Amino acid sequence: MKQLLILSGKGGTGKTTIASAFIKLGSIKTYADCDVDAPNLHLITKWETEPQKADYYGLQKAYIDKEVCIKCDQCVLNCRFGAIEAGDFYKVNTYSCEGCSVCEYVCPTGAITMRPSVDGEMMLYSEKDEVFSTAQLKMGSGTSGLLVTEVKKRMKSASTNTNLAIIDGSPGIGCPVIASLNGADMVLIVAEPSISGINDMERIILTAKHFDMKIAVCINKYDINLENSQKIEDFCKAENLPFVGKIPYDSNAVKAVNNGQTIVDVDCISGTAVKSVYEKTINLLLN
Amino acid sequence: MKIAVLSGKGGTGKTLVSVNLATVAKSSTYIDCDVEEPNGHLFFKPTILAEKDVSVKIPKLNPKLCTGCRRCVDFCKFNALAIINNKPIIFDEVCHSCGGCVLVCPEKAFSEIDKSIGKVQMGKSGNVDIYTGILNIGEATGIPIISNLLSNKQDTLDKPVIIDCPPGSSCIVMESIKDADYCVLVAEPTLFGVHNLNMVYELVTLFKKPFGVVLNKCLDGDNPAELFCIEKNIKILAHIPFDPELGKLNSEANIVVKHSDKYHNLFSSLLEKIITEVANEATTNS
Repeated sequence: MKQLLILSGKGGTGKTTIASAFIKLGSIKTYADCDVDAPNLHLITKWETEPQKADYYGLQKAYIDKEVCIKCDQCVLNCRFGAIEAGDFYKVNTYSCEGCSVCEYVCPTGAITMRPSVDGEMMLYSEKDEVFSTAQLKMGSGTSGLLVTEVKKRMKSASTNTNLAIIDGSPGIGCPVIASLNGADMVLIVAEPSISGINDMERIILTAKHFDMKIAVCINKYDINLENSQKIEDFCKAENLPFVGKIPYDSNAVKAVNNGQTIVDVDCISGTAVKSVYEKTINLLLN
Repeated sequence: MKIAVLSGKGGTGKTLVSVNLATVAKSSTYIDCDVEEPNGHLFFKPTILAEKDVSVKIPKLNPKLCTGCRRCVDFCKFNALAIINNKPIIFDEVCHSCGGCVLVCPEKAFSEIDKSIGKVQMGKSGNVDIYTGILNIGEATGIPIISNLLSNKQDTLDKPVIIDCPPGSSCIVMESIKDADYCVLVAEPTLFGVHNLNMVYELVTLFKKPFGVVLNKCLDGDNPAELFCIEKNIKILAHIPFDPELGKLNSEANIVVKHSDKYHNLFSSLLEKIITEVANEATTNS
């Protein structure tokens, strides 16, 4: 199965809009939303069936038994994350705790135990040969990279299709993005023609290159700034990166998405433009 | 007064709001906590006054002392160590710097060394002090850079600190809003925008932060984000219209309030509203 991963660096450039259009255009049967921090793909890939839900357990969190604790401060002194709050009773701030279990190790009385912690929820939709894996990280949680890996694992193990999978990624260049790169065959970068968009595109391209990924670039809302769009095309040429097309700003796209439709479900200019981006991208991916 | 600007969804206008709020204040501090993709400096084009490295501790093995007992590998919860040829090797990128391996090694074979994960730049542009955190490419977490950015920043009522947060609602956002006195949630009028607004709404509620919403890219007709605010009884601080002129200025990394009286008024009154909100909050809680 070939995996196409859609990334952007900057948020809000149109990853999910393009991912959902691709899924529709290619009648893609296997896809996942790896933006576990702020997932949106489920809002637009309408599923009538209920997903199979499962709790996501991140790393265990420390718990202090106040009856056994002698307030010796060893945990406080050794915790690198400032997660232990001293006071009348010592307790663990579960948002700061990273689950390393150093406190459990140093506690002389055995007052500290590591306990499982639910850090999110995973949803797996499937019907006939179609599979969609997504998840929502619990607020304020870390370990989003681990959850991304789980989401992809669930997608793969449920998929009966061996052809092509589309993965909607998250913004940024940090742990969830790095986890999503693992196993992808190509990254499509959705750039936006603003100075911020160009800057962020350069950083995500460097990140993808750092992990030896095959890369293609497209521009969304190219006509909001033609000069900057040209800069992006020139950049791709100079860097020898395949440029797979540009999509215009389209108020109908906003309307379509707000009605829970993809941009290829309605007759609009962005929908027409995304078709050629899709074809070029798939050609590159499969050849 | 520390004001955090966040959104859940990316690209809703956090940096637009943060940069312009900082500019309309008589004097202010702007902190870019979106260390993975910092953009505020592109608008301010600050004169850089200082730069410092941010590093974390990672273990270094003295192979002469190591007996290959595996205790470090078994202890590490992050799978940052593996035994190859009877000796542990260290995967820097996944190490959380907890110090566990150093503690459990019976031979004291580990020491710790500094590893740079990024940097913090301090600069100035007009009346604004600018702090930017930049994560190195390939690094997983910017949390140590964010804590560095937010440590010991002086704030007064006259000199607000504006914190431009990363997107999402995970640990990095939480770290960014931890010490904020007030949170500004920026939302766009789309189905995605509302879904992600709901997440940050839950986040600020969970952390008991006073907050209000700025509606960006407002078009005529129904605004799902506005309806959400009305339904949840959330204070709407400002409406920023969908305006191609504004979009153009912003896409060229211009600070809009410097080019338009209309937006200067909009952001000045937004800042005043926030200051009033914070003052009210202080009275209610005193």
